[in-house]
This record gives sequence, C-alpha cells and structure tokens, in this order.
Amino acid sequence: MTSQVDGEGRARRLLSGQEPDVAADAGHVGAPPRVGFFTDTSVCIGCKACEVACKEWNAVPEDGLLLTGMSYDNTGALGASTWRHVAFIEQNKPLGGQEAHLDHSGIDVLALAAQGSGTPVAEAAVSPTTPGPPSPEGRTELRWLMASDVCKHCTHAACLDVCPTGALFRTEFGTVVVQEDVCNGCGYCVPACPYGVIEQRPGDGRAWKCTMCYDRLGAGAEPACAKACPTESIQFGPLDELRERAAARVERLRETGVPDARLYGADPSDGVGGDGAFFLLLDEPEVYGLPPDPVVTTRDLPRMWRHAGVAALALLGGLAGTFAGRRGHGR
Amino acid sequence: MSEARVTREGLAGERPGRDALFGNGMDGEGARRRRGRGRRGGERRLVPDAEFTSYYGRPVIKAPSWAATDIAGYLFLGGLAGAGSVLAAGADLSGRRRTARAMKLSSLGAVSLSAVALIHDLGRPERFVNMLRVVKPTSPMNMGSWLLAVYGPLAGAAAASDVTGLLPRAGRAAACGAALTGPAVAAYTGVLLADTAVPAWHEGHRELPYLFTASAATAAAGMALLAGPRAENGPARRAAVLGAAGELLMTRLLRRRVGVVAETYAAGRAGRLLRAAEGLAAAGAAGAALLGGRSRTAAAASGAALLAASACTRFGIFHAGVASARDPRYTVLPQRERLAARTEEARRVAALGDGPYDDTSGVIAT
Ligand code: SF4
Ligand code: SF4
Repeated sequence: MTSQVDGEGRARRLLSGQEPDVAADAGHVGAPPRVGFFTDTSVCIGCKACEVACKEWNAVPEDGLLLTGMSYDNTGALGASTWRHVAFIEQNKPLGGQEAHLDHSGIDVLALAAQGSGTPVAEAAVSPTTPGPPSPEGRTELRWLMASDVCKHCTHAACLDVCPTGALFRTEFGTVVVQEDVCNGCGYCVPACPYGVIEQRPGDGRAWKCTMCYDRLGAGAEPACAKACPTESIQFGPLDELRERAAARVERLRETGVPDARLYGADPSDGVGGDGAFFLLLDEPEVYGLPPDPVVTTRDLPRMWRHAGVAALALLGGLAGTFAGRRGHGR
Repeated sequence: MSEARVTREGLAGERPGRDALFGNGMDGEGARRRRGRGRRGGERRLVPDAEFTSYYGRPVIKAPSWAATDIAGYLFLGGLAGAGSVLAAGADLSGRRRTARAMKLSSLGAVSLSAVALIHDLGRPERFVNMLRVVKPTSPMNMGSWLLAVYGPLAGAAAASDVTGLLPRAGRAAACGAALTGPAVAAYTGVLLADTAVPAWHEGHRELPYLFTASAATAAAGMALLAGPRAENGPARRAAVLGAAGELLMTRLLRRRVGVVAETYAAGRAGRLLRAAEGLAAAGAAGAALLGGRSRTAAAASGAALLAASACTRFGIFHAGVASARDPRYTVLPQRERLAARTEEARRVAALGDGPYDDTSGVIAT
C-alpha cells in the first residue's frame, strides 16, 4: 500500500477491499495493465517443468533432496528456495461425474473406427486424471489432483504492508517483489503472508519469493514457468483477460460433469482483494494446502492501532494513579 | 466428438490443450444431456465437509523464524523499559530518589538489551538501519523502530543525567519524555504480533495490546520492588496489584475470545508457561500487597516473582503463536467457520430479498 490521489483527489490508501488499479495505488504513473497467472489445475499433468524452469531462470539454490512420501511431491511446500511447487493429491474419489457404468451398446464402434482414430486427437490427452478402468460397481474411484502453487501476488499483500524496510514493493505490473539489496532479514513478512509463501533463506537471512520473473516481464517475455508449462495449465497474461477466460473454463467444466471445479483467488472482493495469481481447483482449497478464506492481516490494523493507543494511555494513567495520595512511610 | 482432423497441412480443428476435457466431457455433448440424471454430476456441494482436511498435515502458513529468546525476550524487555520509565518519572516527581534512579537505570538497560535482541534476530544485522529507511504506519515493526529511536535516547539521557548529576533540568525533561513514549513502546508490541497471519495472535488482536501493557506494568512494578527501598515502594505495590490483575484478566479474556485456537494457549510449552505466569503473578501481587510494605525481603521476592510472571506471559504467548502456525487446523478451521457463516448469511439475504447470490464464492455479488 502506498499513497496515490485518485480521480476525486482522494488518497486511496486502501488496506483491504476492491482495488481496480494496484499499480496506480502504489504510485506508478502510466503503468501497463496488471498481469498475473491463471493456474488451471484441471490440465496439470504434474511434470514439474514449472519448478525446474523457475529454478533455472532465477538461479534459485537447491532446496533439499528428500523423499517425502507425499505422492510424487518431493518438493514439499513453497519457500525461500521453492517458488513454484507442484502438489500431488491421491484421492479415492471419482473425478468429476464420470458415469462409467453407462450402457454404450447403442454406439456403433465400427462406424467410429471407420472415422479414423478411435480417440479424438484433441481429446486424447491421457493424463493422470484420465479415468481408469471401472471398479466392480462400475465406478472409477481414483483421482490424482495436481496443482502448481506460486506466490499469489495479492492485491492487498500482507508481506508488503508489514515490511519495515520497504524492501518489498509493488511493481508497475502490479506484482509484489523483494529488493534483496534492501531486505534486512527481519522476518516479519514470513508470518504475515496468509498463504505461507515468503520465507527467509537459511544461511542468507533475507526473504525470498516468486518475482513473477520481473526481469522477463520488463523485457516483454512471459515468466519462465508459464513458458515451460506443456499443457498451458499455467497461463500468463493481463489479469482481466485471465479472469474472463477462467470464468468460461470453470463454467464449461461444470457443464461437462465436473461439479467440484471452482475458482480460487479470482474474486476481487475476497479477503486479500483478489490474487494476481489465481487457480482453478477441483476440490476444497485446504486439500491443496491453501487457506479457504485468507484475509490480509492489515485489514484489521487501524483497529489494532486504536486498541494499542488506548492500552498505552491506560498504562500511563494507571501507573500515574499509583502515585496519587499522601506520601508517607512506605507509601 | 472432436472436430480434429489430420490433413496434409497437419492437424485441423483441434483445441489448445488448456481446453482439454475429462470425465464425461471426454465424450463431448453427452455430458450435458445426462446432467439432469447425474448422480455425482450436477450440483456442487454447497455445505463443505465439517471434517478437517489438509495437505499431508502440512502447515498452511509459515511460522515465524524468530528465536524465542530474541523476540519474546524483546517483548518482555520492551515492556519492562517502557512501563519502568513511567514509574521512574513518577518516583522522580514525588521525591522517591532511589527508586527513580534504579528505574531509570533499569529502563536504560532493558531498552538497550531489547535493541540488541532485535538486531541479533535479523538475518542481516548489519542492515539494521534499513528499519529507518521509510516511515510506514502499515508496518508495526517500522513504527516500533521509530518509537525505539525516540524512546531509547530519552531513557538514556534520563539515566545519564541522574547518575552523573549533570543537566538536572534536561534530565528531568528526558525522564518525562521517556514516561510519555514508554507506554507506546510497551503497547505497540501487541500490534507487532497481532498484525500477522498467525492464528493465535491475529485472532487476539483486540486483547493483545492490553495484555502486553498490563504485563509491562507487572514487570516494571516487580523491578521497582526488587530495586527500590522499602520506604519508597508504595506506588510499586499498587502497580503490582494493578498489573497482575490486568494480566490475569486479559489472559482469560484472550483465551475466551480466540475460539478453537485457544487450545494452543493451554497445550504444550505455551500452556506450561502461561500457567506458571498465572501462579507467579498472583503470588507476586499478593506478596507485594500484604508483605511488601513490611519486609524488604518479601518485597524483593514478590518483585522477582512479578518479573518472572511477565516474562512467562510473553514467552507463553510467543510459543502459542508458533504452535498455532505449525498446525493447519488452526488456520483452516476458523476460516471455514467464517466462510460457512458468510454463506449462510448470503443465503438468508438472498432468500429474503431475492438478491443476487453467487454460489461459487459464497458471497453476494454486487
Ligand atoms: S501470497 Fe504472500 S508473499 Fe505473495 S504477495 Fe501475497 S502476502 Fe506476499
Ligand atoms: S525480511 Fe526483508 S522483505 Fe521481509 S519484512 Fe523484513 S525487511 Fe521486509
């Protein structure tokens, strides 16, 4: 949050709520449109190309080579040296609303074969989410969810608000970036982030997180992860456009029998004013390790300062009161 | 069926991968037709599972990486210094010379140590001055640094003048300045903790500033009882009762108001520390009130108990916060409740006024 005088000559300085122009609110004049990520987890195949591309492009150091036992996720979580993290969730649930028990006797398979490939080319994308063979009851019972998580580049970013040095700042693209030459490693941004994204790097002391490839954006290129994603699960672009595309996509999925598809972080009136990087999920957010209703902590800050003011006055008054009265022996 | 065809020029009519469909979508239009009968298709569950889920039990937010000795120690020392300056000025103005000097020295020592703790905890201590690079009211840590930058020198000047006897007028003015800024130093630390996503702290954002100022009064009273002569300890004894009562009351209130997260205040190390704090505060206050005026030893023992009580409170609150951040339950459950309440409210409003209701986000579209 920084000051900017809006059309009516008011300084906006919003701590929460809808904010249509984050870059202008942060003092950028003539900024390009806000950009972001739309991560559509329904087409993620869990290849981790985004993780690798991010590490390579940004020269992010190694973050541990452990086997976690968490499905194919040996990365663990976002952190100082993990700016993209692919989550893997194995569930005993059918994927969406397949009805594998349906009677297909009316379908003329020979006619289909005569058409050429039995599998339509564009729909042949065999992914781990492709339903397996039906179980005895005629249902498929395994689904494998994959989702590439990243810094949300919040409209109201708690990390940025609480940073005492001004190391965290809002770029002209509306993203949130740490200046590593300013950060003094106070660690305040770490517990402030409602998504658990930013972290101090051991041995280095400073805080690190995704920059949405600030250098690439400046050169007119898309971020490394989006560039590397083979299925376009990670889509980069102007935020308004992404939101529209996402709304159409979720609608389409629901129509075709995936009722649990929902958008996460796309709503500009949510607790953080909407995310610059938002998602299409196939289950509740917490299943993917995301908070179901994140709120920027500074939304309540004016109230906290008022309480602190009253508390300070009470302390001053209370202690002054202990001196009231006659001064005598032992008093 | 897809329109995609293989032609001499390559594929024609294919869709980009990001439009790939699955499930019933794989056979195209059919899904739409079947939707009406769909058992698992159709409407999304609006009422989420009551049971708690997480990603392999991993925390949702990051716990602070602060060292307890540094930051909880800082909270304690900052409180001791800030409230101590008020007692010092009061003692000064009411002619309690020895207590005044002791408290000025204690405040100077405490604020110096607290600054050391703060700097020691930085990942890049040599960049400490970057804290004063901007003035930023949205950052309690920035505001706190400025407060310390004003308060610290005042406390130092007050102590230096008292000990050396130089510039007595300026010394007294500095003591008064420290007494006015000290309470702010003690109170802001409540905001410092509350202005994070840590459930045990943020959920208590109304109570923490009061709890911390009360705890500061407890600590300062303890120090005055420990370091001041018996003949001068009347105000300190009253402050002890006031501080301890406030601390006990606010701790209860805090635990009552934070909902499910209150478990973190009762369990483990935090629970042990807070129980110890309660016992020590009660004993210290009782000792100070009943015996502190009669026996120097009793006064000193009560003072030590009060100091320990304040320290236990700060460390207890600190550890409860860390525990609440490490367990995804405490992040997810309160948010789920909030979401459910909002969805319920939106449905109620929609039912009443036929207002626009958007079931995807559980909020009213405006
Ligand atoms: S997700 Fe966290 S680190 Fe990223 S902008 Fe939001 S508050 Fe900052
Ligand atoms: S660790 Fe660095 S980026 Fe984070 S709040 Fe402190 S100074 Fe700012």
